[in-house]
Amino acid sequence: MTPILELKNISKSYPGVQALSDVSLSLMKGECLALLGENGAGKSTLIKAVCGFHHADSGEMFLDGQPYRPLDPHAAMQAGIRVVYQEFNLLGYLSVAENIFFDNLPRRGPLVDYRRLYREAQAVLDRLGLDLNPRTPVELLGVAQMQLVEIAKAISSRCRVLILDEPTATLSPKDSGRLFEIVRALKADGIGVVFISHHLKEIYEVADRLTVLRNGEVVGHRDVAGTAIPEIVSMMVGRDMDAEYPFRAELQPNQKVIFEARDVRIQGSSTPISFSLREGEILGISGLVGSKRTETLRAIFGADPKDGGEVFIDGNQVDIRSPRDAVACGLSLLTEDRKNQGLILDMPVFANVTMAALDKASRHGLMRRGLETEAADKYIDELGIRTPSDKQLCRNLSGGNQQKVVVAKWLYRDARILFFDEPTRGIDVGAKYEIYLLLWRLLERGKGILVVSSDLNELMGICHRILVFSAGTIAGEVERADFSQERILSYAYREYIK
Amino acid sequence: MTKKRLSFLLMSEAGIGVVLVLLCLVFALYEPNFRKPNNISNIFTQISINTVISVGMTFVILLGGIDLSVGSVLSLCTILAGLVITNGDLGVPLAILLAILASLAGGIACGLFNGWVSERWRIPSFVVTLGMLNIARGSALSISNSRTIFNFPRVFNAVGTESYFGIPLIFLIALAIVLVGHFVLSYTVFGRMIYGIGNNEEAVRLSGHNVKFYKVTAFVICGMAVGLAAILYMLRLNIASPILGVGFELNAIAAVVIGGTSMSGGKGSLIGTLIGAAIMGVLTNGLLLVGLSDFARQIVTGFIIVLAVVLDTYRVKLSHMLE
Repeated sequence: MTPILELKNISKSYPGVQALSDVSLSLMKGECLALLGENGAGKSTLIKAVCGFHHADSGEMFLDGQPYRPLDPHAAMQAGIRVVYQEFNLLGYLSVAENIFFDNLPRRGPLVDYRRLYREAQAVLDRLGLDLNPRTPVELLGVAQMQLVEIAKAISSRCRVLILDEPTATLSPKDSGRLFEIVRALKADGIGVVFISHHLKEIYEVADRLTVLRNGEVVGHRDVAGTAIPEIVSMMVGRDMDAEYPFRAELQPNQKVIFEARDVRIQGSSTPISFSLREGEILGISGLVGSKRTETLRAIFGADPKDGGEVFIDGNQVDIRSPRDAVACGLSLLTEDRKNQGLILDMPVFANVTMAALDKASRHGLMRRGLETEAADKYIDELGIRTPSDKQLCRNLSGGNQQKVVVAKWLYRDARILFFDEPTRGIDVGAKYEIYLLLWRLLERGKGILVVSSDLNELMGICHRILVFSAGTIAGEVERADFSQERILSYAYREYIK
Repeated sequence: MTKKRLSFLLMSEAGIGVVLVLLCLVFALYEPNFRKPNNISNIFTQISINTVISVGMTFVILLGGIDLSVGSVLSLCTILAGLVITNGDLGVPLAILLAILASLAGGIACGLFNGWVSERWRIPSFVVTLGMLNIARGSALSISNSRTIFNFPRVFNAVGTESYFGIPLIFLIALAIVLVGHFVLSYTVFGRMIYGIGNNEEAVRLSGHNVKFYKVTAFVICGMAVGLAAILYMLRLNIASPILGVGFELNAIAAVVIGGTSMSGGKGSLIGTLIGAAIMGVLTNGLLLVGLSDFARQIVTGFIIVLAVVLDTYRVKLSHMLE
């Protein structure tokens, strides 16, 4: 049987970087291949070569046994190669149907044939088993639904190979499950699926085989059945990981409560939320997507308005109305969206490090470049930020290093209480491990840390205590000794199954 | 030339500076009148006012905003200053001082309105300043009874024609304003905030800064620059009029854009803006001397503005490739 997509000895180099060397892989009809590798391993470059964004320097590609050499992304689409990227390419004001068929709107003369459009869109949605009104504007949908619209768009026209780039990064476990069902259905239809994900567990749900890339080379191909996670991880990082999560039992929190939220209500909600954080503690916040975890943190931080509630730092009540007040109280918020909310990508590392504490890097209103370099170099060294110099633009750093720059920013501010929202999202395995080690180093300095994460294993691996949010309320609190997936999940679903 | 140096040339204002020098060389070669000291002095005078307005405009554009009201506000400022300076009851020195203050106050007040309204109700500055364009023009017309004011004190006129080694005083004032602005943008906390907000407002806000304050202040600075430009205008032409300044906003925006400042904010410099204003001035002057008609000049200038921005996109690409 000929593979539906076959790559032979693909190589691609950029000035100074060999992005891909001799990569070969094949994808059968109706098969799901997981493409794995750390950030920078060459997954994106490979995908871009397949979908015509750029051309490989050497090597051949075959689609259904025929030589395949797309001139541009459009040609690749015509050939039936469709990609759903991590970032959505949807037009918010347009309807679901218009988005699905945007590249190929049914026409009647110069006009759009809306009746046919909605009918055909409904057919595509039905095929995926999606309960969506094709007339709904996309901006009203949730993230998970937008993801599904992207997939609907991809399969709306001829699709032989579907490439999913980190499709579950923003999805809750339930929505991910739904996505996996759809992938299985597409497989049954004979579509070849390439699945890229950092969540290794998901691979077992959908993938038949896996290919691991490292530094632009294929490390190996495996059948998913019979390959354990530790093996995959060591293939990806090229070394055996001692433990996935470093938990340092000797570091226990003080009894001193450094932060307390009492009856905080986010805007438009009637449910008060109260919790406290001790010095030297990592407190996890778990919950499904949409359980208002991020919203609660943002309201406490003053980033969004709140409807009421009190906040205490070291037992003293503080009035936080804006991020400015919060920062002055020693709070810091490391947002989920590093690129859009945490960093100024087009400014150099040093400027990002000093951004929250300009008073420390200036005298009489004048910036002191010397002080800035000193600060930046200190944290580059201390946190192991891999950058050629402190003048490098943050845009050019990898995800893990960007996250470290954000941490450096708050360390320089001397923030005592750090709210991390999805600190390892979109970061490769090796860098994740470094972030965990970093959290522990912060504890050594007596910080209090709050971690919101959708990765339950991550929370169970690093936290002293976990609060479980469910539909905007705290459904439960679990101490480390009692951690179990079942228990936390049952809290997380509590409000939804009532 | 090493790659590094080439890359520097492309990324910094030096690239646009080369364009200015080439432009001057071409005109100087083909048009003997262009290189006469008198004409050069003229160019300096001609670009002074646009330069000062453009300084203010650069602050606003760096934040991703725009100020369409500068021309009308300039007119209003001349009227305010003109009324004060021609007030016979005041002594001449006092009248001049108060006139300058009146012009600055008018500019600052309009800038404060622009900034505050657009921040308070989150209205795009395009719309608010479009409103101010009309408000200021109407105010200037009604305050002055649509009359032009002249007969300024003699001392005042003298300053406007003063020059040192062929360089007019009003250009030196404009240059000083550029340098002060450049210093503010490059070396102060305030300048860092302007670039930071222009690049990523939310990140700056979440870092604990009062973003609104900085944004409003940028508009106030723009208004203040317009107030200063109004004084220079009066020094140069000795009139205050409610109908002057039409289209000045477009010349200022053109200078800023030619100077390499990004319309979406966060990237650019005042040195670039100065060069941009000079290019505009040299073009206008040179094309006139070459004998192009008014219409043809407009067409050429229009193409040059577009060309500058097109070239700018290549400039960035090219320097990325060299890195």
